Amino acid sequence: MEGNLNLTLKIWRQKNAQTAGKFETYQVSGISEDMSFLEMIDVLNNRLIEEGDDPVAFDHDCREGICGMCSMYINGRPHGPNKGVTTCQLHMRSFSDGQTITIEPWRAEAFPVIKDLVVNRSAFDRIIAAGGFISVNTGNAQDANSLPIPKDDADEAFAAAACIGCGACVAACKNASAMLFTSAKISQLALLPQGQAERSKRAEAMVAQMDEEGFGACSNTGACEAECPKGISIENIARMNREYFSSVFTSK
Amino acid sequence: MAWLSKSLNSSLGKKLLMAITGLFLVSFLLVHCGLNATVFLNDGGVTFNEGAEFMAKNPIIRTMEIVLFGGLLLHILDGLRLWMDNKKKRPVAYAVIDGAANSKWYSRSMGLLGTLLLLFLIIHLKHFWYFSRLTDNLTEEHTLYNEMQAIFASPAVVAIYVLGCISLAYHLLHGFQSAFQSLGWNHPKYTPTIKCIGAAYAIIIAALFAAMPIAFHFNLIH
Repeated sequence: MEGNLNLTLKIWRQKNAQTAGKFETYQVSGISEDMSFLEMIDVLNNRLIEEGDDPVAFDHDCREGICGMCSMYINGRPHGPNKGVTTCQLHMRSFSDGQTITIEPWRAEAFPVIKDLVVNRSAFDRIIAAGGFISVNTGNAQDANSLPIPKDDADEAFAAAACIGCGACVAACKNASAMLFTSAKISQLALLPQGQAERSKRAEAMVAQMDEEGFGACSNTGACEAECPKGISIENIARMNREYFSSVFTSK
Repeated sequence: MAWLSKSLNSSLGKKLLMAITGLFLVSFLLVHCGLNATVFLNDGGVTFNEGAEFMAKNPIIRTMEIVLFGGLLLHILDGLRLWMDNKKKRPVAYAVIDGAANSKWYSRSMGLLGTLLLLFLIIHLKHFWYFSRLTDNLTEEHTLYNEMQAIFASPAVVAIYVLGCISLAYHLLHGFQSAFQSLGWNHPKYTPTIKCIGAAYAIIIAALFAAMPIAFHFNLIH
């Protein structure tokens, strides 16, 4: 797949969490505008391997925008310049010939760099483990329609559940806050009958874990919502505030 | 009460405190602006001076003055605490940030705007609060209205007041609607109205306040 884009890449290179990183500059040429951003990095890495250099480490898995693994901060924005896409769904036609592209890892106290562009997002797993679950009986699944759920509630819960946990909200936020992620996970359960058993304690437990992991507070700038590849709304953050304080002020 | 201090010290609690004290200060601005706008009645400051005297003597107002200083102090200290906590959350800064692509500059600059407002407030309190409450310079011959005329004769003072009002406008433009979001009040029925009222409030209050030093300076009111 040959093309005609020649680009200068400034990529953050960092050996591991213990050593300090720095930017390295690479030239890539003949890039097709039909390539995805990750394929462009693949081209660079092939060359680096052939030259005996260390390839650029980056997270990726499905490459179809649903797994939430890819996580590059491109020219000052998480997942690059386009709205509603992950890095793997960003294509090189969004860039122009001769452009310089700066690529950084997610930057947050709670997301330490593992290597180059790969960060450790297990803080999200611990927030989920603190309360992002429901209790169900074992055995056969019950009939799907045995619990009546209004369509509007189901839609709203589904919109929150679209969160893929990529961490772009944290990367975009000036405070490296995880409010959009945590609130989406609280909302998808708070809106459905299956989530009611643990509801009163869920928000308190998940917010406490979120704070302990070292994420910041919310300044309501709306940057997270604007950069979220799944379009998660900050209405969820308001719902989390309600869930949290109604639990704080009414629980026994 | 450990549960209360624990939750007020959480990331959500700090924002709740910010929202409650912020909205309280917003309500004060309405009273302050409304009373001061009586200078535009062009009655030589008669109504304004009567209002100022009522505010100075009424025991309920004097008590609220203490509550107001308390609320202001809480808002400042909580803001300072949030700013110090938040800046630790990204120890390695980005080399490139395209903030304009996803948010308004004033929503990202509330700490800076708040600091400018605090500096302005110190000057402003020295000009009028200190003069009227802590000195005995206020007489029948030299009323608060006369003091406004004297203070706003200086173009530098007028410039400082106008800059203070611009900081206030942007601080309110984000702060008003942001407070409702922190209180959990985000709903398709109300949020567009809240945002609209917030924007109108920010612009009208700041414009009215800014009009006062300008009008005094250019002798537009008598």
